[in-house]
Amino acid sequence: MTAPLLSVSHLSAVSTRDGEGAILRDVSLSVARGEVHGIVGESGAGKSTIVKAILGILPRGIRLTGGAIALEERDLLTLDPDKRRHVLGAEVALIPQDPLTALNPGRRIGAQLTDGMRLWRGLSGKAAENRALALLHDVQMREPARVMRAYPHELSGGMRQRVLIAAAFALDPKLVIADEPTTALDVTVQKQILRLIRSLQERHGTGVIFVTHNLGVVAQICDRATLLYMGRVMEQEATATLLERPRHPYTRALIAACPRYDRPGQDLAPIPPDVIAACRAEIASLDRDGASHG
Amino acid sequence: MADLLIDARGVVVTYAGQRSLSGRRLAPRPVLHGIDLTIGRGETVGIVGESGSGKTTLGRALIGLLRPADGSIRFDGNDIVDLAETAMRPLRRRMQMIFQDPMSSLNPRRTIRSILSDPLLLHAIAADRAGAERRVQAVMERVGLPLALLDRYPHELSGGQRQRVGIARAVVLRPDFVLADEIVSGLDVSTQAQVLKLLGELKRELHLAMAFISHDLSVVRAVCDRVYVLSAGRVVEQGRCEAVFRAPAHAYTRALIDAIPLPVVDADWLTRQPVAAG
Repeated sequence: MTAPLLSVSHLSAVSTRDGEGAILRDVSLSVARGEVHGIVGESGAGKSTIVKAILGILPRGIRLTGGAIALEERDLLTLDPDKRRHVLGAEVALIPQDPLTALNPGRRIGAQLTDGMRLWRGLSGKAAENRALALLHDVQMREPARVMRAYPHELSGGMRQRVLIAAAFALDPKLVIADEPTTALDVTVQKQILRLIRSLQERHGTGVIFVTHNLGVVAQICDRATLLYMGRVMEQEATATLLERPRHPYTRALIAACPRYDRPGQDLAPIPPDVIAACRAEIASLDRDGASHG
Repeated sequence: MADLLIDARGVVVTYAGQRSLSGRRLAPRPVLHGIDLTIGRGETVGIVGESGSGKTTLGRALIGLLRPADGSIRFDGNDIVDLAETAMRPLRRRMQMIFQDPMSSLNPRRTIRSILSDPLLLHAIAADRAGAERRVQAVMERVGLPLALLDRYPHELSGGQRQRVGIARAVVLRPDFVLADEIVSGLDVSTQAQVLKLLGELKRELHLAMAFISHDLSVVRAVCDRVYVLSAGRVVEQGRCEAVFRAPAHAYTRALIDAIPLPVVDADWLTRQPVAAG
Protein backbone atom coordinates (compact mmCIF):
# COMPACT_ATOMS: atom_id res chain seq x y z
CA MET A 1 0.00 0.00 0.00
CA THR A 2 1.32 3.44 -0.88
CA ALA A 3 1.89 6.00 1.82
CA PRO A 4 -0.98 8.40 2.48
CA LEU A 5 -0.85 11.93 1.13
CA LEU A 6 -0.76 13.40 4.61
CA SER A 7 0.01 11.57 7.77
CA VAL A 8 -0.17 13.12 11.22
CA SER A 9 1.23 10.75 13.82
CA HIS A 10 1.15 10.96 17.60
CA LEU A 11 1.00 14.74 17.56
CA SER A 12 0.94 16.36 20.99
CA ALA A 13 0.93 20.04 21.89
CA VAL A 14 0.78 22.13 25.04
CA SER A 15 -0.11 25.71 25.82
CA THR A 16 2.95 27.49 27.14
CA ARG A 17 0.76 30.17 28.71
CA ASP A 18 -1.58 27.85 30.53
CA GLY A 19 0.84 25.93 32.76
CA GLU A 20 1.77 23.50 29.93
CA GLY A 21 -1.86 22.36 29.66
CA ALA A 22 -2.35 19.78 26.92
CA ILE A 23 -3.98 21.03 23.71
CA LEU A 24 -3.36 18.00 21.48
CA ARG A 25 -3.00 14.52 22.98
CA ASP A 26 -1.37 11.91 20.76
CA VAL A 27 -3.41 12.74 17.64
CA SER A 28 -2.93 10.52 14.60
CA LEU A 29 -4.81 10.80 11.32
CA SER A 30 -4.11 10.32 7.66
CA VAL A 31 -5.56 11.73 4.46
CA ALA A 32 -5.44 9.74 1.22
CA ARG A 33 -5.29 11.28 -2.25
CA GLY A 34 -8.81 12.11 -3.37
CA GLU A 35 -10.22 11.81 0.14
CA VAL A 36 -12.15 14.39 2.16
CA HIS A 37 -11.26 13.91 5.81
CA GLY A 38 -13.31 15.73 8.43
CA ILE A 39 -11.77 17.08 11.62
CA VAL A 40 -14.74 17.52 13.91
CA GLY A 41 -15.24 18.77 17.42
CA GLU A 42 -16.60 21.56 19.57
CA SER A 43 -14.66 24.72 20.39
CA GLY A 44 -11.44 23.96 22.24
CA ALA A 45 -11.23 20.40 20.86
CA GLY A 46 -7.98 21.20 19.04
CA LYS A 47 -9.25 21.30 15.42
CA SER A 48 -7.51 24.51 14.46
CA THR A 49 -4.31 23.62 16.33
CA ILE A 50 -3.89 20.59 14.04
CA VAL A 51 -4.40 22.77 10.97
CA LYS A 52 -1.96 25.39 12.21
CA ALA A 53 0.61 22.73 13.01
CA ILE A 54 0.35 21.36 9.44
CA LEU A 55 0.71 24.86 7.98
CA GLY A 56 3.53 25.72 10.39
CA ILE A 57 1.72 28.74 11.76
CA LEU A 58 1.22 27.81 15.41
CA PRO A 59 0.89 30.87 17.62
CA ARG A 60 3.68 31.58 20.07
CA GLY A 61 1.66 30.29 23.03
CA ILE A 62 1.44 26.73 21.66
CA ARG A 63 4.34 24.29 21.50
CA LEU A 64 4.46 20.85 19.91
CA THR A 65 5.82 18.26 22.33
CA GLY A 66 5.93 15.24 20.07
CA GLY A 67 4.80 13.56 16.90
CA ALA A 68 5.33 13.99 13.19
CA ILE A 69 3.52 15.46 10.21
CA ALA A 70 4.44 13.99 6.84
CA LEU A 71 3.31 15.18 3.42
CA GLU A 72 4.11 12.40 0.96
CA GLU A 73 6.68 11.07 3.41
CA ARG A 74 8.49 14.38 3.84
CA ASP A 75 8.45 15.28 7.53
CA LEU A 76 7.23 18.87 7.63
CA LEU A 77 8.38 19.37 11.22
CA THR A 78 12.05 18.61 10.53
CA LEU A 79 12.33 19.98 6.99
CA ASP A 80 14.49 23.09 6.80
CA PRO A 81 12.32 26.23 6.84
CA ASP A 82 13.01 27.31 3.25
CA LYS A 83 12.29 23.90 1.86
CA ARG A 84 9.17 23.58 4.00
CA ARG A 85 7.86 26.94 2.85
CA HIS A 86 8.35 25.81 -0.71
CA VAL A 87 6.54 22.50 -0.19
CA LEU A 88 3.63 24.16 1.61
CA GLY A 89 3.36 27.03 -0.86
CA ALA A 90 3.29 24.81 -3.90
CA GLU A 91 1.39 21.77 -2.63
CA VAL A 92 -0.93 22.84 0.19
CA ALA A 93 -3.71 25.43 0.04
CA LEU A 94 -6.06 26.87 2.64
CA ILE A 95 -9.71 27.85 2.34
CA PRO A 96 -10.18 30.05 5.41
CA GLN A 97 -13.26 30.57 7.54
CA ASP A 98 -13.73 34.27 7.01
CA PRO A 99 -13.46 35.24 3.36
CA LEU A 100 -13.36 38.95 4.10
CA THR A 101 -10.32 39.05 6.36
CA ALA A 102 -8.47 36.61 4.11
CA LEU A 103 -8.59 38.99 1.15
CA ASN A 104 -6.60 42.20 0.97
CA PRO A 105 -9.24 44.96 0.97
CA GLY A 106 -7.08 47.32 -1.06
CA ARG A 107 -6.26 45.06 -4.01
CA ARG A 108 -8.41 43.90 -6.89
CA ILE A 109 -9.50 40.23 -6.98
CA GLY A 110 -7.55 39.65 -10.20
CA ALA A 111 -4.26 40.76 -8.67
CA GLN A 112 -4.79 38.57 -5.60
CA LEU A 113 -5.67 35.51 -7.68
CA THR A 114 -2.68 35.79 -10.00
CA ASP A 115 0.02 36.36 -7.34
CA GLY A 116 0.43 32.67 -6.49
CA MET A 117 0.48 31.56 -10.11
CA ARG A 118 3.27 33.97 -10.97
CA LEU A 119 5.22 33.25 -7.79
CA TRP A 120 4.91 29.46 -7.62
CA ARG A 121 4.26 28.48 -11.20
CA GLY A 122 6.22 31.23 -12.97
CA LEU A 123 3.34 32.17 -15.25
CA SER A 124 3.49 35.46 -17.15
CA GLY A 125 1.02 38.21 -16.25
CA LYS A 126 -1.19 37.46 -19.24
CA ALA A 127 -1.10 33.68 -18.76
CA ALA A 128 -1.91 34.06 -15.07
CA GLU A 129 -4.83 36.33 -15.89
CA ASN A 130 -6.26 33.84 -18.36
CA ARG A 131 -5.86 31.05 -15.83
CA ALA A 132 -7.59 33.17 -13.16
CA LEU A 133 -10.52 33.82 -15.49
CA ALA A 134 -10.82 30.10 -16.15
CA LEU A 135 -10.75 29.40 -12.41
CA LEU A 136 -13.47 31.92 -11.66
CA HIS A 137 -15.50 30.27 -14.37
CA ASP A 138 -14.82 26.88 -12.70
CA VAL A 139 -16.23 28.13 -9.41
CA GLN A 140 -19.37 29.18 -11.29
CA MET A 141 -18.82 32.89 -10.88
CA ARG A 142 -20.96 35.01 -13.11
CA GLU A 143 -19.16 37.74 -15.08
CA PRO A 144 -15.63 36.62 -14.16
CA ALA A 145 -14.02 39.51 -16.04
CA ARG A 146 -15.89 42.01 -13.90
CA VAL A 147 -15.05 40.12 -10.70
CA MET A 148 -11.33 40.29 -11.63
CA ARG A 149 -11.52 44.09 -11.51
CA ALA A 150 -13.61 44.22 -8.31
CA TYR A 151 -12.42 44.87 -4.78
CA PRO A 152 -13.39 42.36 -2.04
CA HIS A 153 -16.01 44.65 -0.46
CA GLU A 154 -17.92 44.75 -3.74
CA LEU A 155 -18.65 41.01 -3.53
CA SER A 156 -21.14 39.12 -1.36
CA GLY A 157 -19.93 36.64 1.27
CA GLY A 158 -20.69 33.69 -0.98
CA MET A 159 -18.84 35.28 -3.93
CA ARG A 160 -15.80 36.02 -1.75
CA GLN A 161 -15.74 32.39 -0.62
CA ARG A 162 -15.87 31.31 -4.29
CA VAL A 163 -12.87 33.54 -5.01
CA LEU A 164 -10.94 31.89 -2.17
CA ILE A 165 -11.87 28.43 -3.42
CA ALA A 166 -10.63 29.44 -6.87
CA ALA A 167 -7.41 30.69 -5.27
CA ALA A 168 -7.02 27.47 -3.28
CA PHE A 169 -7.30 25.26 -6.37
CA ALA A 170 -5.29 27.70 -8.56
CA LEU A 171 -1.98 25.91 -8.09
CA ASP A 172 -3.51 22.45 -8.35
CA PRO A 173 -2.43 21.61 -4.80
CA LYS A 174 -2.18 18.06 -3.47
CA LEU A 175 -3.84 18.97 -0.18
CA VAL A 176 -6.53 21.60 0.50
CA ILE A 177 -7.32 22.53 4.07
CA ALA A 178 -10.85 23.93 4.43
CA ASP A 179 -11.12 25.56 7.85
CA GLU A 180 -14.85 25.96 8.67
CA PRO A 181 -15.34 27.52 5.22
CA THR A 182 -19.14 27.78 5.46
CA THR A 183 -19.69 28.81 9.06
CA ALA A 184 -20.43 32.43 8.20
CA LEU A 185 -22.72 31.68 5.25
CA ASP A 186 -26.47 31.23 4.78
CA VAL A 187 -27.57 27.59 4.38
CA THR A 188 -28.40 27.84 0.69
CA VAL A 189 -25.02 29.43 -0.02
CA GLN A 190 -23.36 26.85 2.24
CA LYS A 191 -24.82 24.07 0.12
CA GLN A 192 -23.47 25.65 -3.10
CA ILE A 193 -20.02 26.04 -1.56
CA LEU A 194 -19.95 22.44 -0.29
CA ARG A 195 -21.01 21.20 -3.71
CA LEU A 196 -18.29 23.28 -5.33
CA ILE A 197 -15.51 22.08 -3.03
CA ARG A 198 -16.57 18.46 -3.52
CA SER A 199 -16.73 18.71 -7.32
CA LEU A 200 -13.34 20.47 -7.66
CA GLN A 201 -11.79 18.01 -5.23
CA GLU A 202 -13.15 15.04 -7.19
CA ARG A 203 -12.08 16.48 -10.52
CA HIS A 204 -8.51 17.16 -9.36
CA GLY A 205 -8.18 14.15 -7.07
CA THR A 206 -7.20 16.49 -4.24
CA GLY A 207 -6.95 15.38 -0.63
CA VAL A 208 -9.00 17.66 1.62
CA ILE A 209 -8.99 18.26 5.35
CA PHE A 210 -12.39 19.69 6.20
CA VAL A 211 -12.58 21.30 9.64
CA THR A 212 -16.09 21.77 11.01
CA HIS A 213 -18.19 21.60 14.15
CA ASN A 214 -21.29 20.67 12.13
CA LEU A 215 -22.05 16.95 11.96
CA GLY A 216 -24.54 17.61 9.16
CA VAL A 217 -21.76 19.07 7.02
CA VAL A 218 -19.54 16.09 7.88
CA ALA A 219 -22.27 13.70 6.75
CA GLN A 220 -22.61 15.37 3.36
CA ILE A 221 -19.01 16.06 2.34
CA CYS A 222 -16.55 13.89 4.28
CA ASP A 223 -15.45 10.36 3.38
CA ARG A 224 -13.92 9.79 6.80
CA ALA A 225 -13.81 11.85 9.96
CA THR A 226 -11.84 12.27 13.16
CA LEU A 227 -13.86 13.39 16.17
CA LEU A 228 -11.86 15.27 18.79
CA TYR A 229 -12.58 16.17 22.38
CA MET A 230 -10.08 18.04 24.56
CA GLY A 231 -7.38 17.44 21.98
CA ARG A 232 -7.85 13.66 22.00
CA VAL A 233 -9.21 11.52 19.15
CA MET A 234 -12.49 10.06 20.44
CA GLU A 235 -13.42 8.22 17.29
CA GLN A 236 -12.05 7.93 13.74
CA GLU A 237 -14.15 6.20 11.14
CA ALA A 238 -15.71 6.26 7.72
CA THR A 239 -18.43 8.94 7.94
CA ALA A 240 -21.34 6.52 7.60
CA THR A 241 -19.95 4.30 10.38
CA LEU A 242 -19.27 7.25 12.65
CA LEU A 243 -22.81 8.61 12.30
CA GLU A 244 -24.79 5.38 12.03
CA ARG A 245 -22.86 3.10 14.38
CA PRO A 246 -20.99 5.39 16.77
CA ARG A 247 -19.00 3.41 19.32
CA HIS A 248 -17.99 6.12 21.75
CA PRO A 249 -20.63 7.50 24.17
CA TYR A 250 -19.38 11.03 23.40
CA THR A 251 -20.05 10.55 19.67
CA ARG A 252 -23.53 9.25 20.43
CA ALA A 253 -24.28 12.18 22.76
CA LEU A 254 -23.00 14.75 20.25
CA ILE A 255 -25.19 13.29 17.49
CA ALA A 256 -28.20 13.33 19.83
CA ALA A 257 -27.57 16.99 20.70
CA CYS A 258 -28.09 18.16 17.09
CA PRO A 259 -31.58 19.57 16.59
CA ARG A 260 -33.19 18.05 13.49
CA TYR A 261 -36.12 19.48 11.58
CA ASP A 262 -37.01 16.00 10.34
CA ARG A 263 -37.44 14.68 13.87
CA PRO A 264 -40.04 16.91 15.48
CA GLY A 265 -41.07 16.14 18.98
CA GLN A 266 -37.67 14.71 19.75
CA ASP A 267 -36.55 16.51 22.86
CA LEU A 268 -33.36 18.50 22.74
CA ALA A 269 -30.73 16.37 24.37
CA PRO A 270 -27.81 18.28 25.88
CA ILE A 271 -24.75 16.08 26.41
CA PRO A 272 -25.37 14.35 29.78
CA PRO A 273 -22.92 15.44 32.52
CA ASP A 274 -21.94 11.80 33.21
CA VAL A 275 -20.81 11.39 29.57
CA ILE A 276 -18.58 14.48 29.94
CA ALA A 277 -17.27 13.21 33.28
CA ALA A 278 -16.49 9.80 31.75
CA CYS A 279 -14.67 11.45 28.80
CA ARG A 280 -12.56 13.54 31.15
CA ALA A 281 -11.71 10.52 33.29
CA GLU A 282 -10.80 8.50 30.19
CA ILE A 283 -8.56 11.29 28.92
CA ALA A 284 -6.89 11.75 32.31
CA SER A 285 -6.19 8.03 32.48
CA LEU A 286 -4.74 7.98 28.95
CA ASP A 287 -2.61 11.02 29.87
CA ARG A 288 -1.21 9.09 32.85
CA ASP A 289 -0.50 6.00 30.70
CA GLY A 290 1.27 8.20 28.16
CA ALA A 291 3.36 9.83 30.90
CA SER A 292 4.39 6.48 32.40
CA HIS A 293 5.46 5.14 28.99
CA GLY A 294 7.27 8.34 28.09
CA MET B 1 -56.65 34.17 17.89
CA ALA B 2 -58.46 35.76 20.79
CA ASP B 3 -55.53 36.30 23.08
CA LEU B 4 -53.01 38.22 21.01
CA LEU B 5 -50.09 39.89 22.73
CA ILE B 6 -48.53 41.32 19.58
CA ASP B 7 -50.47 42.30 16.51
CA ALA B 8 -48.46 43.91 13.70
CA ARG B 9 -50.24 45.07 10.56
CA GLY B 10 -48.73 46.31 7.31
CA VAL B 11 -45.34 47.13 8.84
CA VAL B 12 -43.10 49.04 6.46
CA VAL B 13 -39.57 49.96 7.50
CA THR B 14 -37.38 52.12 5.36
CA TYR B 15 -33.75 52.96 5.97
CA ALA B 16 -32.95 56.57 5.17
CA GLY B 17 -31.10 57.11 1.91
CA GLN B 18 -27.37 57.42 2.39
CA ARG B 19 -25.31 59.97 0.57
CA SER B 20 -23.44 58.66 -2.40
CA LEU B 21 -19.77 59.53 -2.92
CA SER B 22 -20.79 62.55 -4.99
CA GLY B 23 -22.91 63.82 -2.10
CA ARG B 24 -26.23 63.09 -3.77
CA ARG B 25 -28.83 61.66 -1.41
CA LEU B 26 -29.86 58.21 -2.57
CA ALA B 27 -33.48 57.12 -2.46
CA PRO B 28 -34.66 55.61 0.85
CA ARG B 29 -34.23 51.84 0.88
CA PRO B 30 -37.32 49.86 1.93
CA VAL B 31 -36.39 46.91 4.14
CA LEU B 32 -39.81 45.58 5.13
CA HIS B 33 -42.70 45.81 2.70
CA GLY B 34 -45.91 45.57 4.70
CA ILE B 35 -45.50 42.72 7.18
CA ASP B 36 -48.46 41.23 9.07
CA LEU B 37 -47.49 39.18 12.13
CA THR B 38 -49.19 38.10 15.33
CA ILE B 39 -47.90 36.49 18.50
CA GLY B 40 -50.25 35.05 21.10
CA ARG B 41 -49.60 35.07 24.84
CA GLY B 42 -47.23 32.23 25.68
CA GLU B 43 -46.63 31.50 22.02
CA THR B 44 -43.20 31.12 20.39
CA VAL B 45 -43.01 32.35 16.85
CA GLY B 46 -40.01 31.73 14.62
CA ILE B 47 -38.85 34.36 12.15
CA VAL B 48 -36.55 32.78 9.57
CA GLY B 49 -34.81 33.93 6.44
CA GLU B 50 -31.36 34.48 5.03
CA SER B 51 -29.10 37.47 5.58
CA GLY B 52 -30.72 40.62 4.30
CA SER B 53 -34.25 39.19 4.51
CA GLY B 54 -35.22 41.76 7.15
CA LYS B 55 -35.70 39.42 10.13
CA THR B 56 -33.59 41.44 12.56
CA THR B 57 -35.25 44.68 11.42
CA LEU B 58 -38.68 43.14 12.00
CA GLY B 59 -37.68 42.01 15.51
CA ARG B 60 -36.44 45.49 16.38
CA ALA B 61 -39.66 47.07 15.14
CA LEU B 62 -41.70 44.64 17.28
CA ILE B 63 -40.13 45.89 20.50
CA GLY B 64 -40.11 49.53 19.50
CA LEU B 65 -36.37 49.85 18.86
CA LEU B 66 -37.07 51.35 15.48
CA ARG B 67 -40.06 53.13 14.09
CA PRO B 68 -41.90 51.83 11.02
CA ALA B 69 -42.64 54.27 8.21
CA ASP B 70 -46.09 52.77 7.94
CA GLY B 71 -48.32 50.19 9.64
CA SER B 72 -49.26 49.53 13.24
CA ILE B 73 -47.76 47.38 15.99
CA ARG B 74 -50.02 46.65 18.94
CA PHE B 75 -48.55 45.31 22.14
CA ASP B 76 -51.29 44.13 24.50
CA GLY B 77 -53.67 46.53 22.78
CA ASN B 78 -51.41 49.61 22.75
CA ASP B 79 -50.14 50.81 19.39
CA ILE B 80 -46.47 51.38 20.17
CA VAL B 81 -45.60 53.04 16.85
CA ASP B 82 -46.63 56.54 17.91
CA LEU B 83 -46.52 56.06 21.66
CA ALA B 84 -44.90 58.85 23.69
CA GLU B 85 -41.78 57.88 25.64
CA THR B 86 -43.58 58.23 29.01
CA ALA B 87 -46.28 55.81 27.89
CA MET B 88 -43.71 53.47 26.36
CA ARG B 89 -41.55 53.16 29.47
CA PRO B 90 -43.82 50.82 31.49
CA LEU B 91 -44.21 48.62 28.40
CA ARG B 92 -40.43 48.34 27.96
CA ARG B 93 -40.08 46.18 31.05
CA ARG B 94 -42.65 43.80 29.60
CA MET B 95 -40.69 43.33 26.36
CA GLN B 96 -37.12 42.14 26.70
CA MET B 97 -34.40 41.09 24.31
CA ILE B 98 -31.76 38.38 24.27
CA PHE B 99 -28.96 39.14 21.86
CA GLN B 100 -26.86 37.08 19.49
CA ASP B 101 -23.54 37.96 21.02
CA PRO B 102 -23.79 38.19 24.80
CA MET B 103 -20.25 39.55 24.96
CA SER B 104 -21.22 42.70 23.12
CA SER B 105 -24.55 43.15 24.91
CA LEU B 106 -23.28 42.79 28.49
CA ASN B 107 -21.49 45.81 29.91
CA PRO B 108 -17.86 44.66 30.24
CA ARG B 109 -17.21 46.95 33.23
CA ARG B 110 -20.08 45.70 35.37
CA THR B 111 -20.15 42.54 37.44
CA ILE B 112 -22.81 39.95 36.67
CA ARG B 113 -24.53 40.99 39.94
CA SER B 114 -24.81 44.58 38.81
CA ILE B 115 -25.93 43.59 35.29
CA LEU B 116 -28.79 41.56 36.77
CA SER B 117 -29.81 43.73 39.72
CA ASP B 118 -29.64 47.27 38.26
CA PRO B 119 -32.66 46.80 35.95
CA LEU B 120 -34.67 45.48 38.93
CA LEU B 121 -34.00 48.70 40.84
CA LEU B 122 -34.47 50.89 37.76
CA HIS B 123 -37.89 49.44 37.01
CA ALA B 124 -38.71 49.44 40.76
CA ILE B 125 -39.44 45.72 40.74
CA ALA B 126 -37.23 45.34 43.78
CA ALA B 127 -37.63 47.89 46.58
CA ASP B 128 -34.00 47.80 47.69
CA ARG B 129 -30.62 46.12 47.16
CA ALA B 130 -31.52 43.22 49.44
CA GLY B 131 -34.72 42.53 47.54
CA ALA B 132 -32.88 42.73 44.22
CA GLU B 133 -30.21 40.34 45.50
CA ARG B 134 -32.83 37.76 46.44
CA ARG B 135 -34.33 37.85 42.96
CA VAL B 136 -30.90 37.80 41.33
CA GLN B 137 -29.86 34.73 43.31
CA ALA B 138 -33.12 32.99 42.42
CA VAL B 139 -32.71 33.67 38.70
CA MET B 140 -29.05 32.57 38.73
CA GLU B 141 -30.13 29.27 40.24
CA ARG B 142 -32.95 28.95 37.73
CA VAL B 143 -30.65 29.38 34.71
CA GLY B 144 -28.13 26.98 36.23
CA LEU B 145 -25.29 29.35 37.04
CA PRO B 146 -23.28 29.15 40.29
CA LEU B 147 -23.71 32.17 42.58
CA ALA B 148 -19.93 32.56 42.66
CA LEU B 149 -20.17 34.04 39.14
CA LEU B 150 -22.07 37.07 40.49
CA ASP B 151 -18.81 38.83 41.34
CA ARG B 152 -17.24 38.10 37.96
CA TYR B 153 -17.16 40.22 34.82
CA PRO B 154 -18.61 39.08 31.45
CA HIS B 155 -15.19 38.34 29.91
CA GLU B 156 -14.43 35.85 32.69
CA LEU B 157 -17.37 33.64 31.65
CA SER B 158 -17.62 31.04 28.86
CA GLY B 159 -19.86 31.71 25.86
CA GLY B 160 -22.57 29.40 27.18
CA GLN B 161 -22.45 31.01 30.64
CA ARG B 162 -22.70 34.50 29.12
CA GLN B 163 -25.73 33.45 27.09
CA ARG B 164 -27.33 32.19 30.35
CA VAL B 165 -26.66 35.60 31.90
CA GLY B 166 -28.31 37.19 28.85
CA ILE B 167 -31.36 34.99 29.40
CA ALA B 168 -31.38 35.68 33.15
CA ARG B 169 -31.24 39.43 32.53
CA ALA B 170 -34.23 39.21 30.20
CA VAL B 171 -36.44 37.03 32.42
CA VAL B 172 -35.58 38.57 35.80
CA LEU B 173 -37.86 41.49 34.88
CA ARG B 174 -40.81 39.11 34.43
CA PRO B 175 -41.57 40.21 30.86
CA ASP B 176 -44.54 39.05 28.78
CA PHE B 177 -42.52 39.00 25.59
CA VAL B 178 -38.93 38.14 24.74
CA LEU B 179 -37.21 38.79 21.44
CA ALA B 180 -34.40 36.28 20.88
CA ASP B 181 -32.23 37.21 17.89
CA GLU B 182 -29.91 34.40 16.70
CA ILE B 183 -29.10 33.58 20.32
CA VAL B 184 -27.53 30.17 19.74
CA SER B 185 -25.75 30.70 16.43
CA GLY B 186 -22.35 31.27 18.05
CA LEU B 187 -22.58 28.28 20.39
CA ASP B 188 -21.41 24.68 20.13
CA VAL B 189 -24.19 22.11 19.61
CA SER B 190 -23.92 20.75 23.14
CA THR B 191 -24.14 24.25 24.66
CA GLN B 192 -26.85 25.16 22.16
CA ALA B 193 -29.02 22.23 23.26
CA GLN B 194 -28.65 23.29 26.92
CA VAL B 195 -29.57 26.92 26.19
CA LEU B 196 -32.58 25.97 24.05
CA LYS B 197 -33.81 23.50 26.65
CA LEU B 198 -33.57 26.16 29.36
CA LEU B 199 -35.40 28.67 27.18
CA GLY B 200 -38.21 26.17 26.55
CA GLU B 201 -38.61 25.53 30.29
CA LEU B 202 -38.67 29.25 31.13
CA LYS B 203 -41.18 29.92 28.38
CA ARG B 204 -43.61 27.40 29.92
CA GLU B 205 -43.00 28.43 33.54
CA LEU B 206 -43.37 32.15 32.87
CA HIS B 207 -45.93 31.84 30.06
CA LEU B 208 -43.63 33.94 27.86
CA ALA B 209 -44.43 34.95 24.34
CA MET B 210 -41.34 34.84 22.19
CA ALA B 211 -40.14 35.90 18.77
CA PHE B 212 -37.30 33.57 17.89
CA ILE B 213 -35.18 34.88 15.03
CA SER B 214 -32.87 32.35 13.43
CA HIS B 215 -31.36 31.25 10.17
CA ASP B 216 -31.27 27.67 11.45
CA LEU B 217 -34.52 25.92 10.62
CA SER B 218 -33.71 22.83 12.67
CA VAL B 219 -33.44 25.02 15.77
CA VAL B 220 -36.68 26.81 14.89
CA ARG B 221 -38.45 23.48 14.44
CA ALA B 222 -37.27 22.44 17.91
CA VAL B 223 -38.52 25.51 19.81
CA CYS B 224 -41.27 27.29 17.87
CA ASP B 225 -45.04 26.85 17.62
CA ARG B 226 -45.45 28.86 14.42
CA VAL B 227 -43.00 30.19 11.86
CA TYR B 228 -42.83 33.14 9.47
CA VAL B 229 -40.51 32.79 6.47
CA LEU B 230 -39.09 36.10 5.28
CA SER B 231 -37.49 36.82 1.94
CA ALA B 232 -36.45 40.29 0.77
CA GLY B 233 -38.63 42.02 3.38
CA ARG B 234 -41.81 40.05 2.68
CA VAL B 235 -43.48 37.12 4.44
CA VAL B 236 -43.51 34.40 1.80
CA GLU B 237 -45.03 31.76 4.03
CA GLN B 238 -46.33 31.40 7.57
CA GLY B 239 -48.05 28.73 9.54
CA ARG B 240 -47.77 26.14 12.27
CA CYS B 241 -44.35 24.48 12.28
CA GLU B 242 -45.71 20.97 11.69
CA ALA B 243 -47.52 22.12 8.56
CA VAL B 244 -44.74 24.30 7.13
CA PHE B 245 -42.03 21.69 7.66
CA ARG B 246 -44.18 18.79 6.46
CA ALA B 247 -45.39 20.50 3.30
CA PRO B 248 -43.72 23.84 2.59
CA ALA B 249 -45.93 25.73 0.17
CA HIS B 250 -43.40 28.24 -1.11
CA ALA B 251 -40.38 27.29 -3.22
CA TYR B 252 -38.14 29.50 -1.08
CA THR B 253 -39.17 27.70 2.12
CA ARG B 254 -38.53 24.40 0.38
CA ALA B 255 -35.06 25.54 -0.70
CA LEU B 256 -34.23 26.68 2.84
CA ILE B 257 -35.29 23.37 4.36
CA ASP B 258 -33.57 21.32 1.69
CA ALA B 259 -30.29 23.19 2.22
CA ILE B 260 -29.99 22.02 5.84
CA PRO B 261 -27.42 19.25 6.02
CA LEU B 262 -28.65 16.50 8.34
CA PRO B 263 -26.19 14.28 10.23
CA VAL B 264 -27.18 11.33 8.04
CA VAL B 265 -25.18 10.19 5.03
CA ASP B 266 -27.20 10.97 1.92
CA ALA B 267 -25.21 10.39 -1.26
CA ASP B 268 -27.43 12.59 -3.43
CA TRP B 269 -27.87 15.55 -1.10
CA LEU B 270 -24.99 17.64 -2.48
CA THR B 271 -26.10 17.45 -6.08
CA ARG B 272 -29.85 17.41 -5.49
CA GLN B 273 -31.76 20.55 -6.40
CA PRO B 274 -34.81 21.43 -4.32
CA VAL B 275 -38.01 19.98 -5.73
CA ALA B 276 -40.26 22.73 -7.07
CA ALA B 277 -43.24 23.48 -4.88
CA GLY B 278 -46.34 21.62 -6.06
